[in-house]
Amino acid sequence: MSDPRSHHSLIAALGAELAPVRRLRPPWLRTLGWLAVVALIAAGLLLHYGSAPMLQRWRGAPDLAWAGLGAVLTAVAAAWAAFALAVPGRRAALAWLPLPGVLLWLGASGLGCLQGWIAPGDHAVGEHVIPDCLRFIVGFSVPLSVLLVWLLRRAAPLRPVLTAVLVGLASAAASASLLEICHNVDATATDLAVHVLAVGLVVAVNAALGGRLLGGVARKA
Amino acid sequence: MAHEEATVPGLTATATMVLDGSLVPRESAARAVKAEPAHASESSDQRRVAWMAAAQAGDRRAYERVLADAIPLIRAVARRQGVHGELVEDVVQETLITMHRVRHTYDPARSFDAWLAALASRRAIDALRGAGRRDRREIGDEKALERYAEVELDASSETERAQRAHRLHKAIEELPPGQREAVEQLGLKERSLAEAAAHTGRSAGALKVNLHRALKALRGRLHGEP
Repeated sequence: MSDPRSHHSLIAALGAELAPVRRLRPPWLRTLGWLAVVALIAAGLLLHYGSAPMLQRWRGAPDLAWAGLGAVLTAVAAAWAAFALAVPGRRAALAWLPLPGVLLWLGASGLGCLQGWIAPGDHAVGEHVIPDCLRFIVGFSVPLSVLLVWLLRRAAPLRPVLTAVLVGLASAAASASLLEICHNVDATATDLAVHVLAVGLVVAVNAALGGRLLGGVARKA
Repeated sequence: MAHEEATVPGLTATATMVLDGSLVPRESAARAVKAEPAHASESSDQRRVAWMAAAQAGDRRAYERVLADAIPLIRAVARRQGVHGELVEDVVQETLITMHRVRHTYDPARSFDAWLAALASRRAIDALRGAGRRDRREIGDEKALERYAEVELDASSETERAQRAHRLHKAIEELPPGQREAVEQLGLKERSLAEAAAHTGRSAGALKVNLHRALKALRGRLHGEP
């Protein structure tokens, strides 16, 4: 089956099977599609909670706003990188793109912890808040990850695990951004640790499950 | 599992390449085909870009041209990855089939050679892994002959042949319906492609692709691969 003549018969066979195909849309357009869903959820949360508590908190502790911005940037960059990496021939280095967002997100949150500010109207993290944060981030990350994996179904990620890690990071960062709207606590070391735990959990589950779901092309001949 | 990276010296003097292929710069991928000057390799990439774009729209002639044009590039990528001998031609076939399956992912605004080299790298890694598994499980021909030469002459060789035939039949039965049909029609009943196509109502192309996949699956199964 593998001599050069058989290549020509295979080419003829593939030619006979050829049907016109719809090209994959560019990564930025597909990223916008996913972000539109995130924006819809954000709009729903803003309608329910209003923007006043969030803005008041940000005025009291600007590093919370910076952390929120970092989470948004992380979500956008990771989603774009996942869509771009799912196309054969793109650089693996694209996976570093969310790094500045992550640094801003964690850096600003960490700074808030160090300063130990308590923003006006906030209370310290109580025992019930920790599972709430965790539940919120994980709960929103699941549908957002499923949506991203579904949007990636026609792509061909040759690095399925790396792509799945980016899917997890994008979903967790988007969920943390959404949490900012209805979060009622300031950044404390415990709070930050819970966030990091939630993001780590989402990324790890995605890497384990999403990698398999996205690995069709990488595995199959 | 999917982002193992290693540098391949010698593909270009300047670039470090990642095995998974997506870091294959367009010039280096084109240069791997043959020692063309940079402008010539770029123009041949552009030619393939145009053919591939036409193929996505359903132009069969352009498609067959771009596939044929891809063969030397796939071979070069496979060899750079350390694939040798007959395995190189297996990588060519697997890459051609992968190109067919994911042809909608190609973006004509980007380099065709980089896209192809990424696919070829992936299939080359698979081939090396598959060969590694086989090497661990199988005994080389010479050793096998030393150990089992007498068995062949023995009366039990008849039983062995029957067992082998039984294993083969069982493996064929376990193939997906389309592949089994291709093996039965083209292999066992020795029908011509046209006869088999008329008999099954499938296109000759589909039958050929199914046969290729079936043979690969059977090879894998009889060699003890999963």
